[in-house]
Amino acid sequence: MASLTETSPATLSNEEILRYSRHLIMPEVTMEGQKKLKAARVLCVGTGGLGSPLALYLAAAGVGTLGLVDFDVVDYTNLQRQVLHYTSDVGRLKLDSAIDKLTAINPFVEIKRFDTYLNSQNALEIFSGFDIIADGTDNFATRYLVNDACVLSGKPNVYASIFRFEGQASIFATEAGPCYRCLYPEPPPPGLVPSCAEGGVLGVLPGLLGVIQATEVIKLILGVGEPLIGRLVLVDALAMRFRELRVRKNPECPVCGANPTVKELIDYNQFCGIRGEESEASTSAKIPEIQPEELKRRLDAKEDIFVLDVREPHEYQIVNIHGHLIPLGDLPKRIHELDSSREIVVHCKSGARSAKAVDFLRQSGFKRATNLTGGILAWADRIDTSLPKY
Amino acid sequence: MSIKILIPTPLRPYAGKQSIIEVTAHTVGEALADLVAQHPDLRKHLFSEDGKLRSFVNVYLNDEDIRYLSKDATPVKETDIVSIVPSVAGGIQTVAQAQKGFQ
Repeated sequence: MASLTETSPATLSNEEILRYSRHLIMPEVTMEGQKKLKAARVLCVGTGGLGSPLALYLAAAGVGTLGLVDFDVVDYTNLQRQVLHYTSDVGRLKLDSAIDKLTAINPFVEIKRFDTYLNSQNALEIFSGFDIIADGTDNFATRYLVNDACVLSGKPNVYASIFRFEGQASIFATEAGPCYRCLYPEPPPPGLVPSCAEGGVLGVLPGLLGVIQATEVIKLILGVGEPLIGRLVLVDALAMRFRELRVRKNPECPVCGANPTVKELIDYNQFCGIRGEESEASTSAKIPEIQPEELKRRLDAKEDIFVLDVREPHEYQIVNIHGHLIPLGDLPKRIHELDSSREIVVHCKSGARSAKAVDFLRQSGFKRATNLTGGILAWADRIDTSLPKY
Repeated sequence: MSIKILIPTPLRPYAGKQSIIEVTAHTVGEALADLVAQHPDLRKHLFSEDGKLRSFVNVYLNDEDIRYLSKDATPVKETDIVSIVPSVAGGIQTVAQAQKGFQ
C-alpha cells in the first residue's frame, strides 16, 4: 500500500546512518524508509501507560517530529507501568519528564509539546501539524474527540486501549477504513460499564499494546506490511492469546459515512453523559467544611489526607497546592481515581465548585469528603502568601 | 446445539467470574438469551430496558460483527464462537483499588 508521507528531501547525516544501521540494512526499511521516518510527524495523545512505550520506540526509530499532549503530573502510582517516568520525576509534569528521556534516547527527534487538555477548541489545530495521531488516552470522551478530529482532519488514528490484562488495538479513520464510531457508535453511560469495579491494571499490559501501536505507526509511515485497518486485535495477556475481529466501515456512520451528520467537534463530555451537576434539590444537607489553618496543621502533622483540586488545568498551571486535579465536570467519570476510605479535602479557587464536588462525592458514598473554605485564594491569603492569586 | 460465548473481562464479575460460558442455541439471539438466563446480572450490561443490545457492546460470530450478518437471527453451528466485545477506555488508577482487585 502507498505510504503515508511523501518521500521527503530529508537527508541523513553520517551519525544518523550509523545510528539507524540496523534499519537501513533491512529491505523493508532502507535509506528511503528511514528518510520517511525522519520526515514523519506523529502526535502522541497521552504520555502515560500507552504513551510511554509508544513514544520511546517512535523516538528510537527516528520519527522526525513527535508531538506530545499531556497536562498531567507524574504520580507515584504511575511508576508501576508508565516507564517513561522515573521515581525522581514524581511531582513533575509528565511532559517535562518525557522530553528529558526521549531526547536522551534520540536527540535527532524534534519534540513539540502541548501542555494542555485536548478539547474541541484546540484539537483540530493541534492535529493539523501532524500526519498520524496515536491515541493513548484513558477516557471515553477523549477517545471520541480524537476519533472525530482524525476523521475531520483526514489523519489516521492508531488506537489501543487496555483494561486490567486485556487490550485492543486497531487503526481508525483512514479514508477507506472504519472509524472508532463504526465500531462503537455510542459510549456507555457513566457507571454502567464496570471499568473500575475491580480495579488494577497489569503494569506490563500497556507496554505490550503501546508497542503494537508504535509498530502500526511505523508500518503506516513506511508503507510496509499489513496494517490493522479494519482489524481489531484483542490481546489477552494472561492467556497470551491474540485474536482478531473484523471491523467494517459503517456506511451510515455519522462521522465517516457517506452522509455524515457530525461535521465539527461536539461537546464530548455531554456526549458521554457527563454533566457533573446534581439537581438543586439534592444539595439540602450542609456541606462539611475545613478551614485552611486546620488543613495546614494536619498536613504538617503528616496525617493521611488526600487533597482534591476540582479546578481546570489552566488554573492548576497558575497556582496549585499539589492537589490531585480532577476538573469538576470530569468528576463523575473519574471518580474511580478516588479512594472512599481516605479523608478527602476538596478545593477549588474560592470554595464554590468544591462545595458541589463534595456534595456529589458524599452522595456517591464518599463520606469522608470535606470542602476547603475559601479555596486556594484563602490558602494564598492566610497560609502561604508566596502563592500567586488570580 | 451447544456453543461457547467468550465473556470479556469487564463483564466476568456478572458471569460468575467465568471467561467462557456454554449455551444451547440455534441462533446468536438464542445464545445471548440463554446466557442471561444463566447469569441474570449480565442482562442490564448487555441489554437496554426494551430488550435491545446496548450500542457500546458488540457481538461477533467468529470474526464477524453480527450487525453485518443477520443480527440476532444469525444461525450458529457447533464450532462457532460468539464473542462479546464491549468498549473499554483505559486502565485503573489508584493503588487502593488495585490492592482491592488482587488477592
